[in-house]
Amino acid sequence: MSDKKIRVVHYINQFYAGIGGEEKADVPPSEQEGVVGPGLALKTALGNEAEVVATVICGDSYFNENLEEASKTVVEMIKKHNPDVVVAGPAFNAGRYGVACGAVAKAVLDQLGIPVVSGMFPENPGVDMYRKYAYIVETGNSAASMRQAIPQIAKLVIKLGKGEPMGTAAEEGYMERGVRKNIFVEKRGSMRAVEMLVAKLNDQPFITEYPMPSFDRVQPGKAIADVSKAKIALVTSGGIVPKGNPDRIESSSASKFGKYDIAGVSDLTADTYETAHGGYDPTYANTDADRVLPVDVLREMEAEGKIGELHRYYYATVGNGTSVANAAKFAKEIAAQLVADGVDAVILTST
Amino acid sequence: MVKEIERTGIPVVHMCTVVPISLTVGANRIVPTVAIPHPLGNPALNKADEKDLRRKLVERALRALETPVEEQTVFDK
Repeated sequence: MSDKKIRVVHYINQFYAGIGGEEKADVPPSEQEGVVGPGLALKTALGNEAEVVATVICGDSYFNENLEEASKTVVEMIKKHNPDVVVAGPAFNAGRYGVACGAVAKAVLDQLGIPVVSGMFPENPGVDMYRKYAYIVETGNSAASMRQAIPQIAKLVIKLGKGEPMGTAAEEGYMERGVRKNIFVEKRGSMRAVEMLVAKLNDQPFITEYPMPSFDRVQPGKAIADVSKAKIALVTSGGIVPKGNPDRIESSSASKFGKYDIAGVSDLTADTYETAHGGYDPTYANTDADRVLPVDVLREMEAEGKIGELHRYYYATVGNGTSVANAAKFAKEIAAQLVADGVDAVILTST
Repeated sequence: MVKEIERTGIPVVHMCTVVPISLTVGANRIVPTVAIPHPLGNPALNKADEKDLRRKLVERALRALETPVEEQTVFDK
């Protein structure tokens, strides 16, 4: 191994490849020899021990809308270059990019048996969905943390490429994968447990050997007996706002939500509504916002008596890099108002 | 957001394109949609066909709200 460089294939999205932003998020997979975009920094961090032999690129929307086919094509492209390790991302807090990196990791590990290193912000949905399949380094929520993320990723790549034993998540700086590993230790379990308990009672720090998973699941709401008598409200994370965005909802990392009166509105048009969302190509929503918030058909169905009533207000925020804490806070306030207004059911649309 | 609203007992149907994210987030009634930038539309269709497509998806969402579920359910038909 010492005279041979570790071969690395790098997976990135259309944005980091310099192809374009959201308007190019639908480009299918492609490949290039050598490094592209952030691959340059990766190459520097890897030094003489490893080489980025190729870069595989795919648009984030394309990947997520064609999960199976896109993963298959990407895996074929990666396989051709015979890598020892694959790097995906880092994706920071970009949700679709994180999911794509995770799906690539899973496919590469399952089908090729090659380890994958990635980097994401802890709230990226890609972390929870795919943590088992990759060594995911914790990054900040934007590319501003690229400089810290890349050396950490490079360190793990070299370790995996050399086949050195991987330490625990805390020791090595990746996010817990939920993988249990048997090890030999000096002290028996009962002793370790008592020591932990004593530490806990004394408010001393201790590290559990088996963290309990925390599932925050909510019971499904009771089915509506008859929608033709129900008051239905619309909520969206797709950023649909009255033209001009009166509340100035941010295009990413939203700090607020909007509540908008749609009494008498039967169609959202290019002159009256638009999207404030900066995380997808806005062309389609700006042309016809009903494509995200279906006011037109619900109004029709209300007139036909198919639903009881379309609630007078709809609620909107921008779910682009918005923290889970903020989204939960907005939704709590929205929920309290929906209950007070006697809403029976909610249609929530996401982009 | 789906969860915080449903916590009050009001049933929520989540209409979105990337179903795996919705499942991870914890939505209980999920209707898969067309594409990320136009979940409830398709600019390739003419106006009437597009509206018809949207209406079918909304009807499916309403049916999901009328359907008792015990666990996460994807309404893809």
